[in-house]
Amino acid sequence: MFKITKQPIKMEEVVQQVIRPEAGAVVTFLGTVRELTNGKKTLYLQYEAYESMAEKKLRQIGEEIEKRWPGAKTAIVHRIGRLDISDIAVAIAVSTPHRKDAYEANRYAIERIKEMVPIWKKEHWEDGEEWIGNQQGTIAYSDGKPPQES
Amino acid sequence: MIRILFFAHLREETGQSEAEIEGAGKTIKQIKKEVVEQFHASRLDSAMTAVNEEFVPEDYRVKEGDVVAFIPPVSGG
Repeated sequence: MFKITKQPIKMEEVVQQVIRPEAGAVVTFLGTVRELTNGKKTLYLQYEAYESMAEKKLRQIGEEIEKRWPGAKTAIVHRIGRLDISDIAVAIAVSTPHRKDAYEANRYAIERIKEMVPIWKKEHWEDGEEWIGNQQGTIAYSDGKPPQES
Repeated sequence: MIRILFFAHLREETGQSEAEIEGAGKTIKQIKKEVVEQFHASRLDSAMTAVNEEFVPEDYRVKEGDVVAFIPPVSGG
């Protein structure tokens, strides 16, 4: 399951996608909306995506994970639209035969999302709003392409 | 004609999420320059470009009917 949705994310549904007899470990990650960023108070976030491409890129992350950690299965759901404080923005579940791989692969998934999946958020504060880019702190893409998969 | 797509701050700056322009045979670099002039889009130099939903380099030449999306630095998660 690799999906962009406008509906609230139900973690249990994401987890169910990766539970299977071969797996002895499932690691889950939830990205939630934080109220304070660098001392500034967020009222809510607005997420936008290039939906068809974003789903394709989420699927690509799942395939990269399967190559690096054989036997891994991944599910990722990202929500778009208006999200309030503590809402779930992204849910990632990875199952593997053994726990070490599941932890590593899950971390890999969120880092890749932040690098190259076409999803954007706009922070709304009491005194303004701004599209946030470049969470990695990198200078963006001088050759027009995202960082290579490692 | 090619279809171009704007997202996030680019969509707000240009006031539209998509447009059609003559672009077949041109490189991404050339198209970006024209789009900046024609649509008053700033900060295109920091945007990645996807053609038909795959990232391409600046010297990529677009073909008739391609869908060219400008991808500002992403901030999902």
